[in-house]
Amino acid sequence: MPDLGKYAFTVLSAYGATIVLLAALIAVTWVQSRRAKSRLAEIEVSSETGSV
Amino acid sequence: MSLWEYANPARFMRLTERMLPVLGALAVLTVLMGVIWGFFFTPDDYKQGSTAKILYIHVPSATMAVSAWFMMLAGSLIWLVRRHHVSALAAKAAAPVGMVLTLIGLVTGAIWGQPMWGTWWAWDPRLTSFLILFLFYLGYIALWEAIEDPDTAADLTSVLCIVGSVFAVLSRYAVNFWNQGLHQGASLSLDEKENVSDVFWIPLVIAIVGFGLMFATLVLVRTRTEIRLRRASALMSRQRRA
Repeated sequence: MPDLGKYAFTVLSAYGATIVLLAALIAVTWVQSRRAKSRLAEIEVSSETGSV
Repeated sequence: MSLWEYANPARFMRLTERMLPVLGALAVLTVLMGVIWGFFFTPDDYKQGSTAKILYIHVPSATMAVSAWFMMLAGSLIWLVRRHHVSALAAKAAAPVGMVLTLIGLVTGAIWGQPMWGTWWAWDPRLTSFLILFLFYLGYIALWEAIEDPDTAADLTSVLCIVGSVFAVLSRYAVNFWNQGLHQGASLSLDEKENVSDVFWIPLVIAIVGFGLMFATLVLVRTRTEIRLRRASALMSRQRRA
């Protein structure tokens, strides 16, 4: 860990906020992608079998 | 083979399925390389001390926040002129990514500004136009959600995107237009005198490339999600009509 001196809190809070926001974006993107994939798969199966 | 062939959703899905693992891996690698190099292996700045390390997240996120809007503008114009659904969906998919990057730029800028300028915020031309860009992102996302008919939503959001481009341009070039305000000039420039020193420049460029690749990866994943949802919705309507 580099010595951040008197600005340690400033630097670490900037990195912390960035990590939290990017992690939330990636997580939401991943969850939405999984949901859309399974929803489409369900609908495709039901449309092949003729049921809704 | 024409580029427009990838406007076909099935072809786009096949191509991006092959591209995404490589693109994602490259994104992770370059983001980590740039940020770790910048954070651990660069010296403090003689004026700004260790806060200069914020450069490696602030500049890449702000750069990509503005670039994301230009990518949305390209997608919107293609939609308006050629009516390719994938381009409209790609613009829609890019908006939340651009919004988060804009927010990161604003938050890290405020955190950096407090010890350096003595204030979290100033109504400086670049900061103000960047804040308005963030509000445009929110408005763009809200407009997509507010309109039920997808083609009408794509039309109206495309017009909003064209209008918002003024603030995307201002966010990037305000420091050149108006020589006032607290925000410093460009960190990267074709003018070598304006550039940051080499010791900061190399990891910064790597971090910017990494953020660019991360943006591309996320937009492709989200565009695939939008295409799947659009197909699911079309199949549902077909079943209801049958």
